[in-house]
Amino acid sequence: MITHPKPEELTEAVGRWIEEIRPALDPRNQFLARVAANALAAVTRELRMGEEAKAAAVQRLEPILGHGGTYEGLNWELCEKLRAGEVGVETPGLIAALRANVLDQLAIDQPNYRHERS
Amino acid sequence: MPVDGQVDVRDALGKLAVRLAGAGARLTEAQRLTGGASAETWAFSIEAPSGRQELILRRRTAPTDPETSRSTSLAAEAALIRAVAARGAPAPPFVHLCDERDGLGEAHVTRRVAGETLGRRINTDPKFDAVRPLLARQCGEVLAKIHATPPPPEANLKFADAAVELDRYEEVYRVSGAERPVLELAFRYLRERLPAPRAPVLLHGDFRNGNLMISPESGLAAVLDWELSHLGDPAEDMGWLCTNSWRFSRPDRPVGGFGDYADLLAGYEAAGGEPISLERVRFWQTLGSLKWGVMCLTMYMSWASGGSASVERPMIGRRVSETEIDLINMLEAGL
Repeated sequence: MITHPKPEELTEAVGRWIEEIRPALDPRNQFLARVAANALAAVTRELRMGEEAKAAAVQRLEPILGHGGTYEGLNWELCEKLRAGEVGVETPGLIAALRANVLDQLAIDQPNYRHERS
Repeated sequence: MPVDGQVDVRDALGKLAVRLAGAGARLTEAQRLTGGASAETWAFSIEAPSGRQELILRRRTAPTDPETSRSTSLAAEAALIRAVAARGAPAPPFVHLCDERDGLGEAHVTRRVAGETLGRRINTDPKFDAVRPLLARQCGEVLAKIHATPPPPEANLKFADAAVELDRYEEVYRVSGAERPVLELAFRYLRERLPAPRAPVLLHGDFRNGNLMISPESGLAAVLDWELSHLGDPAEDMGWLCTNSWRFSRPDRPVGGFGDYADLLAGYEAAGGEPISLERVRFWQTLGSLKWGVMCLTMYMSWASGGSASVERPMIGRRVSETEIDLINMLEAGL
């Protein structure tokens, strides 16, 4: 991929422009423009942190499933095993791995969300 | 002029003013507060020789299928508001169920109750410091009154307990095709811990910070938005109020972001409610996070399938991870 500019620099630039013009809009469009800027900010964070989060998720899922694989493959397999009850809250390391994966995803999606342990 | 379909709401409200307040009455203010895919809410005022009235119009903008819809009809909502008010629960005083003469389609009018509904303000604005510590107990008292109300037969309410809700939301989740381990784990976890059956009661169905009109002087002044009312487990209304998604920047206060479990449960019992265990409330709180997570997926899906052009709906899909961290916190702490 080309680096001049990087995709996350483009999304960041468009997001900043939306913030600049937002105050001049009517209330409904001000709200929607904020949602649009938030969406671009999430895309920007995913472009910056997504690959690393995915690699870390794979590392956390491997010991639970007992083998390696792609993120998509491991995630699918874990869902199947959870659904069948072969893996559950009592499985050693499961909650810790899911917590770490969800926190990485939350840092991309909604970094300001306040939860009971934030 | 705001026209949807054939209806000019301002024009129709002008005529309704005369019907409600007599000759010489006129519409002095009409403002749309919310407009969703199927319903909208208007605030309007009438000046008449008999005095000024501040009112709220709720109307459907798209027909609902009574078989499949989770929402009650506005006529059912009217019956509910009257029924709970008769038991002393604060609902907005009912004024008028619209008919064909009004030209507003399916709609009803209630009085406007003064106060605040924005959760963040209720939880953080110093204006509410004095009443905030009273709210959890007041919610418990009001829920006991709602749950003691005989369901009005004309409202034709549906029944849903925890097993029905889990089935419903799991089906929606499966259809979405999403693969989210935390949601899978939560479905399984809750199915293995279904609460013992209890006699079903009338539920508000959407009892949370955001649907409660809070007065800075007296606290809980009115419970709004009755369209998700149904029959079921009384702990459902409590658990939904405690779901972290509605704590608005105060996750440390489990009841709505304004109070504690003990006050909610004590208020419920003091007002004659059958005692409910904290474990049962936390079961429904966990199910609340799971439901809201699936609803966020649903809103994304309604955009992805081309049904709704919007920037809001796809972005709500990126809120599923909020419910996932709440679920992990609940599953790790236990019910």
